[in-house]
Amino acid sequence: MKRSQLVAISILAVLLVAALVSGAARADSHARQFRDLPEARPSSAFPLGTDDLGRDRLSRLLFATGISLVLAPAAAVLATVLAALVGGMAGYFGRWWDKCTVRVIDLMLSLPWLFLLLAARALLPLNAPPVASLAMTYGLLAVLGWAGPARVVRAGTLRLRQSAFVLQATAEGCGALRILWRHVIPNLKPLLLAQFWTTIPVFILAEANLGLLGLSASEPFPTWGNLLRELQNPFSVRLESFAPLAVVMLSVACFKLATPSQERYT
Amino acid sequence: MTLRTIVKILGVRIGTLALTVLAGGLLTAFLVRASPGFDVDERELDPRLNAASRDSIQQERAANRNILGFYGNRLERMVLHGDLGTSPSLNRPIAQLFRERLPVTAQIMAIGIGGGWALAFALAMPAVVCRSRVFRGLVGSFQQLLMCLPAAALALLVFDFGGPVRALVALVICPRVFEYLRNLLVEAYAQPHIVTARAKGLGGGRIWARHVLPSVAPQLLALAGVSVSIAFAAAIPVEALCDLPGIGQLAWQAATARDLPMLVAITFLVIVMTQVCNSLSDWAGLRGRQA
Repeated sequence: MKRSQLVAISILAVLLVAALVSGAARADSHARQFRDLPEARPSSAFPLGTDDLGRDRLSRLLFATGISLVLAPAAAVLATVLAALVGGMAGYFGRWWDKCTVRVIDLMLSLPWLFLLLAARALLPLNAPPVASLAMTYGLLAVLGWAGPARVVRAGTLRLRQSAFVLQATAEGCGALRILWRHVIPNLKPLLLAQFWTTIPVFILAEANLGLLGLSASEPFPTWGNLLRELQNPFSVRLESFAPLAVVMLSVACFKLATPSQERYT
Repeated sequence: MTLRTIVKILGVRIGTLALTVLAGGLLTAFLVRASPGFDVDERELDPRLNAASRDSIQQERAANRNILGFYGNRLERMVLHGDLGTSPSLNRPIAQLFRERLPVTAQIMAIGIGGGWALAFALAMPAVVCRSRVFRGLVGSFQQLLMCLPAAALALLVFDFGGPVRALVALVICPRVFEYLRNLLVEAYAQPHIVTARAKGLGGGRIWARHVLPSVAPQLLALAGVSVSIAFAAAIPVEALCDLPGIGQLAWQAATARDLPMLVAITFLVIVMTQVCNSLSDWAGLRGRQA
């Protein structure tokens, strides 16, 4: 592992531990309101001050960090599994299945990603409870985010289909699904891992964009996207309002740095 | 290539495009129909309406319940009469809304694509030629910084500080184009015939114009098609958050108001736009490779 990858993973680990410790110390810290202290300046009690409802900005930021650092990778796992299934089957079975899959992938990749997300998210209830809206947002990212990785997996499967061990397994009468599950997909593991790491920052940025447009998790749940909405009012923007943006950028940069190189696998 | 082959290729491309557009539109219509709360009309909650009025509203919505019927009817009106229907949420003809808002989005996208590509070239060409690690590091850091910023946050920052919001899309396109462009140019600049030309003292401008750029043109043309899709995706938060009356803002309003006819019409428009641009760039790239 390169030094830059190690540093990136360490930073992400520190952020995650801070978020988990903060959540464990007081589960409702993100929603607790200090009604006599709205819009408080940073102090020792509130290092990032409070928002217009008197909620501690740091607690909310740490809570949102925990959510994103857990749910974005979870959604990336789901998207990668979908990509492995769809891309693997298309590459292995070929013919009409491959043609149809390639058309669907092309269609999904040609559509603007944010438009697709926006339309699909708006079709789901907008007034759902906070936990449900959070699950819907990340579930949607996973369900719509498989197309890019599936194309890479398909190319990898096409290459493996011609390999000696697959030909031997076929000659010995091994079933197609068994070959795919036991031989092809395990050999695609490094490729899938690279796709998983590549997908996480994409999902984090997508959630931030959706949150800013008011289509992410509903209040009082803080997500990075929801916290960034504070920047919408230019008159109330202060230095500490940029803290969520800094954390988003730091996390995205760390995930990008931590991504293993795909060149080794392609 | 004979005329017959060209006609055949064109026929296949147009057929595929038509099928993709139809499939995309039908999928959107199905999704909207299946979404929770589709049958709810807030007008029915108005206590001033009597039973007859509520029945009338329900009948109005009943026409949209059979999705295949709705879609067939919509296609017939669109193809035969050029009628895109009326937006229930804005209560105005969709074609009229498109006419008003398309120029805004077209301008934002044109400035964004042109500016983004120009900026990417301006950064990538010196990054290829210059051997200074510091310069390469600075350019790379700038690109990574832009890649790590959510487009919507970038829109808000520029809007808050009174920057040129119409040119914002360029900052979203630039880092994506730059990354690909720099790799292509580095590869092309190290080709043996270009190294020989440099060693023989051929001028820098001539090397770029005659050798480097023509060799990467097909790949760049393919990327140009993708830029349209990226530009539209970036235009949505820019228009929605900076209050620019374009198609991106309309898409956001239609999505939040669950405006079925509007969503289907915008999906048609977006699919046609992206597919035509991708087909054109593929075709141009193919011609470039053959040449």
